[in-house]
Amino acid sequence: MQPGYATQSLSGWGRYPVESCHLFRPEKRSEVAATLASGLQPSYIPRGLGRSYGDAALNENAGVIWPILLNRFLSFDGASGVLECESGVSLAEIIQYFLPRGWFLPVTPGTKFVTVGGAIAADIHGKNHHKDGSFSNFVVDFRLLAPTGEVLLCSPAAHPEIFWATVGGMGLTGIVMSARLRLRRVDSAYVFVDYYKAANLEDALATMEASDQRYEYSVAWIDALATGNTMGRSVLMRGNHAPAAELPARLRNPQSRIANAPPVPIHPQWNLFLDFPSGTLNRLTVKAFNTAYYAVHRTVPRQLVGLEKFFYPLDAINQWNRMYGKRGFVQYQIALPQASGRAGLRTILDRLARSGRASFLAVLKRFGDAGPGLLSFPLRGYTLALDIPVAHGLIPFLHELDRMTLDHGGRIYLAKDAVLRAEDFAAMYPQLESFRAIQRKLDPERLFSSSLARRLKIV
Amino acid sequence: MSSIDNRQSSIGNEHGVQMPSVLILGANAGIGRALAAEFASHQYDLILAGRDLEELQALAADLNLRHKVSARAARVDVLEFEALEPALAACIAPAGDSLEGAVLCTGYLGDPEMARKDLNEARRILDTNFTGSVLALNILANHFEQKRKGFICALSSVAGDRGRQSNYLYGSAKGGLTTYLQGLRNRLYHSGVHVITVKPGFVDTRMVFGKAKLPLVASPGTVARDIYHAVKSKKDLIYVPWFWRVIMGALCLIPDGQFKKLKM
Repeated sequence: MQPGYATQSLSGWGRYPVESCHLFRPEKRSEVAATLASGLQPSYIPRGLGRSYGDAALNENAGVIWPILLNRFLSFDGASGVLECESGVSLAEIIQYFLPRGWFLPVTPGTKFVTVGGAIAADIHGKNHHKDGSFSNFVVDFRLLAPTGEVLLCSPAAHPEIFWATVGGMGLTGIVMSARLRLRRVDSAYVFVDYYKAANLEDALATMEASDQRYEYSVAWIDALATGNTMGRSVLMRGNHAPAAELPARLRNPQSRIANAPPVPIHPQWNLFLDFPSGTLNRLTVKAFNTAYYAVHRTVPRQLVGLEKFFYPLDAINQWNRMYGKRGFVQYQIALPQASGRAGLRTILDRLARSGRASFLAVLKRFGDAGPGLLSFPLRGYTLALDIPVAHGLIPFLHELDRMTLDHGGRIYLAKDAVLRAEDFAAMYPQLESFRAIQRKLDPERLFSSSLARRLKIV
Repeated sequence: MSSIDNRQSSIGNEHGVQMPSVLILGANAGIGRALAAEFASHQYDLILAGRDLEELQALAADLNLRHKVSARAARVDVLEFEALEPALAACIAPAGDSLEGAVLCTGYLGDPEMARKDLNEARRILDTNFTGSVLALNILANHFEQKRKGFICALSSVAGDRGRQSNYLYGSAKGGLTTYLQGLRNRLYHSGVHVITVKPGFVDTRMVFGKAKLPLVASPGTVARDIYHAVKSKKDLIYVPWFWRVIMGALCLIPDGQFKKLKM
């Protein structure tokens, strides 16, 4: 029987754009290959939990393969921490079942509702890139279902060119069916966090550079509306996993410290069922929020914070993206190289503050060395992530920021992008041609494509 | 031909305690998978039987890792009538006395349009949902009757309550299954074996995905929870979710003279 599909309006997490796609939901591995061979759609793209913000997991009027039911754990080596699982497994599930056994994700993004397949496709990074690099550093290997129907076992040693094209390749090389990940041991479900209130950008950057190497995890929340001397004022949150022996007595019971830790919920706890009116998060409300948020934090060392709260503060509110209203928002994230980073950040934050476009979530991190992924986003320097509501004149404004980023030798994160232009993209990713060559060899019939891929002229 | 994954056997957990086990026939199906997970979460060992052994093995591995139970895969195809008896015998033998019951989740909606012209498709719908299922239940019934304990649960469908134009081949097979289960319940009562009939409405599985907008679609997880509770509390017949009992009750009251004019 031919695979069934549902024609649906799909969007990314930013709810912009929204496109009609033909969604396939395979229940068995054989159905994935059967779908690709079915001829039912002109092209396909895989989709995970839909946390990319723009059109990376959209394929307008064509096929989207959603292997969300291929989410089984296959094996686990309790000595090495290597977990083999299907690509539909979410990071949330890995935490749910393995944190109680003392294992955590070696790299985690700001949400745990991301599939393993998605994590590989975007080569995600976390608050520890400056020390540990991106997700792919902990991928031992994966099985890729190539567009031709072949299944290839790929690793840095076996088919390395396909491995590094797939990592960060936004699903365009085929479908990752399963992967082996190296989890990391943790001693407890807590982190010790040092909070530091930085008066402005210079203070934040100097502090991060001076002492980041002491911390496994480092991130700064920035008040993106502050101007003048206070531009870039921020709260730095930097931490390390808490060893069991250093936990307060009440938490130190060896049986309880992992198992009875504050639960890391597998499902978001609250639902925002309604869209807030568009404009709820506008300049005034965001200014008020930012001012309060900055004020309420203090410079304090060694705060004991649960993993959930430290890594996934926003996951608690399901569909928090609804706070921006129906019009949605774009998430804008850039990486700037070390040399020009300070100047670049200053220029961009200044431009943002003067524009009055209210971003209430502005996050700054430092990046370590770039990995070998051909289209992988991180490069040594800084990364700034902003979300900006969709409003009149937004797209030309973002293109202006793109130019500024490019002028400083930086680039845009595809997992968050919705508006980048193809020529700017090509200038930002010098390995694009190498990627295209490998992608074409894997996909001679042009079976894999996405709205993002066409917009950026990747395929 | 049947084969058994011998790597796991339910010889008890690390404390040497014999865990109860359950056979799920059709464990790759949407409801079957959810039910396997539900039983595993209540610390049942599992025998996962179906046609696609590789998928079953992946499911077994997953349940072993998530719930720390012993799950085994076995290949059983209800359409292979000749091989059915040895296949089922082989897959439940290792469980021995720990086998508490069996759940039949085999079902095939098929393509009703195609089945009007293609007799093979029509046969497939009838054989999977009625003949093959009933033969499998017959074999399992003999096993539990001999043990004088246990339960047999089977998934019928609300479609079996009333034949309607959009799926009457499937509906009639399920209707026949429901009647068979009534008789089986009657026969096995006298041996202390309990028979549960489950009638799901629309459930979010391959049968429903992509079809025209359907109302009241339930998740397989919800359905699995309801089935588990029905098994544990020894219900005879449940509709899942419960409101289908009301809907079908109303539907069945419509006289044939009126019903034949409807376009359902």
